[in-house]
Amino acid sequence: MTCAATLDNRLSIEKSDPGRRGLWCKNPLRAKANVPANLRRKSPPRLPELSEFDVIRHFTRLSRLNFSVDTHFYPLGSCTMKYNPRFNEEAAALEGFAALHPLAHDTCAQGTLELIHDLSARLCELCGLDAITLQPAAGAHSEFTGLLLAKAYFENKGETRNEIVVPDSAHGTNPATASMMGFNTVNITSKPDGRLDVEELKKHIGPKTAVLMLTVPNTVGIFETNIEAIAKAVHEAGALLYMDGANFNALIGMVKPGDLGIDMMHLNFHKTFSTPHGGGGPGAGAIVCRKHLAPFLPVPTVKKEGGKFVSDFGDARSIGKVKAFFGNTGVLVRAYAYMLAHSAKEFGEIAVCSIINANYVAALLKEMYPSYSKEYCMHECVLTPGPDMLAKGLKTLDVAKGLLDRGFHAPTIYFPLIVHEAIMIEPTETESKDTLDEFVAAMKSVHDAGIADPQSLKDAPHTMPVKRLDEVQAARQPNLHW
Amino acid sequence: MYIPHTKSDKEEMLKTIGAASFEELVKQVPSKFLWPKLNLPAESLDESQAAARMAGLAGKNCRPLSFLGAGAYERYTPAAVKAITSRTEFLTAYTPYQPEASQGTLQAIYEFQSTVSALYGMDCANASMYDGASSFAEAVRATVRVTGRKKIVYSAGVNPQYMDTLKTYFAHSADYTYVKVPMKDGAMDKAALPALLEGAACLAVQTPNFLGLIEDMGGVAETAKKAGALLVAAADPVSLGILAAPGEYGADFAVGEGQSLGLPLAYGGPYLGLFSCKKEHVRQMPGRIAGLTKDKDGKRGFVLTLQAREQHIRRDKAASNICSNEALCALAATVYSSLYGPEGLKELAESNAGAAAFAAERLSAIKGCSLKFKGPFFNEFVLSVPGSAAKLREKALARGVDIGLPLVPLFPELGETLLVCATETKTEADILKLETAIKEAI
Repeated sequence: MTCAATLDNRLSIEKSDPGRRGLWCKNPLRAKANVPANLRRKSPPRLPELSEFDVIRHFTRLSRLNFSVDTHFYPLGSCTMKYNPRFNEEAAALEGFAALHPLAHDTCAQGTLELIHDLSARLCELCGLDAITLQPAAGAHSEFTGLLLAKAYFENKGETRNEIVVPDSAHGTNPATASMMGFNTVNITSKPDGRLDVEELKKHIGPKTAVLMLTVPNTVGIFETNIEAIAKAVHEAGALLYMDGANFNALIGMVKPGDLGIDMMHLNFHKTFSTPHGGGGPGAGAIVCRKHLAPFLPVPTVKKEGGKFVSDFGDARSIGKVKAFFGNTGVLVRAYAYMLAHSAKEFGEIAVCSIINANYVAALLKEMYPSYSKEYCMHECVLTPGPDMLAKGLKTLDVAKGLLDRGFHAPTIYFPLIVHEAIMIEPTETESKDTLDEFVAAMKSVHDAGIADPQSLKDAPHTMPVKRLDEVQAARQPNLHW
Repeated sequence: MYIPHTKSDKEEMLKTIGAASFEELVKQVPSKFLWPKLNLPAESLDESQAAARMAGLAGKNCRPLSFLGAGAYERYTPAAVKAITSRTEFLTAYTPYQPEASQGTLQAIYEFQSTVSALYGMDCANASMYDGASSFAEAVRATVRVTGRKKIVYSAGVNPQYMDTLKTYFAHSADYTYVKVPMKDGAMDKAALPALLEGAACLAVQTPNFLGLIEDMGGVAETAKKAGALLVAAADPVSLGILAAPGEYGADFAVGEGQSLGLPLAYGGPYLGLFSCKKEHVRQMPGRIAGLTKDKDGKRGFVLTLQAREQHIRRDKAASNICSNEALCALAATVYSSLYGPEGLKELAESNAGAAAFAAERLSAIKGCSLKFKGPFFNEFVLSVPGSAAKLREKALARGVDIGLPLVPLFPELGETLLVCATETKTEADILKLETAIKEAI
């Protein structure tokens, strides 16, 4: 971070100069516009007036204020911040894909439809399930789609089930989705290792239960070893087992979730399938399911008929649409490009190296940052500050800010909620041993600096464009636009 | 494959971990589940092979001269927009959980919120939703929370895909009722409003509507208010370069499809849901919101704010389950708007209206064709055609022109019609080609 990058912190509107322009639209047909005066806006929108160079310099400066996967190790647990291959971007930018209108006639969209068809088949195989929709725009949107499927499935069977069972270790989106769908959320307390207690589960499921939503591996980074017994209990209660696939990077190519007895799961392309996170989006999601749920999937899906690919609008059992048009196709093109770069065996290597990386970090840090779990983890480890740091009043937040000063993005903090002062580290398989060694050294340096001078760590970061920000003021007197 | 580990790296790391083999790490997984057979290619493609495969697929999509609109619009994406959105400091960052390390993304979101608020004439906007349809659905959900009512009144000109998405969002309950405001010459019949709005949570209107017509919103907000209903307005952001802003006619919530602001069509996504509202509803906004604040030295900075509405805090009590936004698309839209500025957006809007006006003039003069409606339109219009519109489209496609969307499946009551769209990307010569293609197809 250079000084120049931090000096001029004006908004674009504060750089505006009336009459200055970046781009023009000189289409002569504009003279033919005949919109009546009473339908026109009274005052122009208050937008900046800038030259193209002003705009480029402004946003280039902003870009330099960010940490990103390309510039910094970014070990956000649960987010799978792996390398985003450049090839994916180039593929998605091909005019044939990028310029295709969503209402294009099927005969004009054969390439994209074939891609979706092949991507669907490969994903079903990786998951060990039968059918898929690629319409959801994100993970939470997939959860929403999955619960709609469950609802339609039970309605079709003439059953009324209004409860969704969620362990307390779950992502916040699980209960939020359940309540958005009008379901009652039944929370189950996890065992201390984050696993679900099958006997406890049995007490909470019955004829009212629609779905158990389970994250595998769970948010503590541990596999649900009793998954078979869990699936059996859920199915005996007549309910469905939904797998939150946020952590699929730990299993890909090594375990087929379908073999575990789940009925459906979601995928996050921006996690497991390397599509960029874009500062918060766009992502893309999918619901992959067994045959008995397939008739309820959103429409359209793609099928092959007489050598041609066609949009399939299903029948009246479909839940309809969860999004306009097909889905985030541009993201799917990137995911498909990524899949081409992996053989069956190489997918398994993703799981292997993500698991080795997480355990390596946990092993090297165990003296200063003990692991929450006493056993090996899968693709992510959950640590906490050691007793010596806690005794000095140092918290996870301080560790996070201290890492920023050392050139590392912070891990996910204070999640899962069941772990006090959680530090959740997901290195992903694309980080090398060298980078992990540097990260471990930084974590140790944060520890040592904190023990030596606790106040200095509590004041961190010291080297970023801004220091700790007043979030209370921001929420009390919201300033949301210029 | 994008994995840096050599065999000796892995061995050394396992040794540090204290595990004799990788298998020891995954003992927690019952062994019968490990390493199933995968029916996937045994060899991956190298990059040049993969490039050939992708180019082959892209080449199978044909590129007609297209006059399709209907909620997704052909736009030119300026080079400067691509240059900024391909900066990987933006592309490969995530949600700004650590604000000190994410000021670039946060300031860009703040400027995006400002751009949307300015275009729509509203008090505040969020950091974006998945697309126009989900923004529309979330706005209607917000009016239900505010009013406690479950009757949704909507104009017949709302994009049918938006209504489908809304109904999916409300599919969990049979309590919601939907009342359509009838159409009069392609636009909303305002005389019917007072009777229909009784007990309604909202009146949801799209303008320019799905059929391209510009709704006259004069007095509509007042009529809704009398009935205790809120006004939700969906509007194309480029049209707002010249058309009345939702804030000017009193909308409570204003939404739109941000794809229009220079994003590629990409067969339906990723797009950009624009969501804005009056300040009294700020805490009803779903999703992420960036706010301006100060750091402890008093220096200006940005944070995600009003998070008490969100799923990671409120869990089952959250305003929405939404977790992500479309930050990169929002960045593209912000750069696009900053490059054109108020004058450029006006030119863009005028060019759309002018190109469509010219197309309407030429096509309505073809024997057997006529404009279905008389009212003013923006960049698309409904053309009545002789014979099957779907067949005409297929015939013209064979000549390299997509003449528009046949409306029979969506609006059978309109007869054999096409929804024809012309944006600023179309020249006079393009429109004359369209005219010829239709004439030849007839």
